[in-house]
Amino acid sequence: MKDQAILFDYILHLADNQLILGQRLSELCGHGPELEQDIAITNIALDLIGQAQLLYDYAGQLDELGRDQDQLAFLRDAHEFRNVQLVEQPNRDFAHVIVRQYLFDEYMFRIYQALTDGLDERLAQIARKAIIEVKYHLRFSRNWMLRLGDGTDISNQKMQAALDRFWPFTGELFQPGITEDILTKAGVAPELKDLEPQWLEAVTATLKEANLHVPDRPRQRSGTGSGKAGIHTEHLGHLLTEMQFLQRAYPGLKW
Amino acid sequence: MSNNKEWPLWEVFIASKRGLHPKHVGSLHAADAQMALENARDVYSRRMEGESIWVVEAKHIVASTDEDTDAFFEPAKNKIYRHPTFYKLPKEVNKM
Repeated sequence: MKDQAILFDYILHLADNQLILGQRLSELCGHGPELEQDIAITNIALDLIGQAQLLYDYAGQLDELGRDQDQLAFLRDAHEFRNVQLVEQPNRDFAHVIVRQYLFDEYMFRIYQALTDGLDERLAQIARKAIIEVKYHLRFSRNWMLRLGDGTDISNQKMQAALDRFWPFTGELFQPGITEDILTKAGVAPELKDLEPQWLEAVTATLKEANLHVPDRPRQRSGTGSGKAGIHTEHLGHLLTEMQFLQRAYPGLKW
Repeated sequence: MSNNKEWPLWEVFIASKRGLHPKHVGSLHAADAQMALENARDVYSRRMEGESIWVVEAKHIVASTDEDTDAFFEPAKNKIYRHPTFYKLPKEVNKM
């Protein structure tokens, strides 16, 4: 694989993470549990989609097929998406929305932090812009972890159930993609195994404060079966069907 | 949330720039002060309305009522001498 293709693949992975989670959150537009939370979640969705745009724009310039950001987002099939499986998991209830968001925010905060020091200047620039947004997302999701985890019996149970469900998916976050090691060695991509203990420490502290416990389940390492390799759960296809409908039905349609 | 009780109402004040006094921009519902501040950020500062937010639970605001209006404000109407329009401003002051 050529250097350019390796970088393309990695940026696509970052962009897909943000787009897919942004799409998941935007499903809640008009369906939030309270008007204020509805707007808050929609704001986060827009932040994530904005970050995805910057990343797709960069990826597009490296793409051998010369696709632009819209084509990358709306004309690829599920197996071509490089996002981690956590972000494609359905919303189910507000506890799931918050837990998924929190686990991912703690992760993205560290990824962006590391990228700001990375040797790829354009990625570093995108990360510097994005990390300001992620700081707020983390504050939002962490506060809700505490509020609901340490709330009523029912809210605690729902949070723990969501946490148990998502916990196995967090192993993949720190598992490098097939060619990602090359970028890590080159000083472009973060060293995931260095970030993992920091992530686990922060998450564990929050769970303790939120009266939740670390699930007694393995954090799966799925090897080549990960989202980064294009292997997804059944949920991604459904998400794409809705997200890509317009471009599929009316190719090239402009806003 | 699980019991269908409404969250308390909060009033939101935003200062458009640091140092300017906050102006009332609206209200929202939130369970506690922290949430109220975050909700205010999300609901009322999306278009760069300001750089500082105050929230205060609405029940802590003491407001005059319609019934008070006459007693409170009528007497001031015929006391135009309270407006400083009869005085000549020194040039240096320019505008007030």
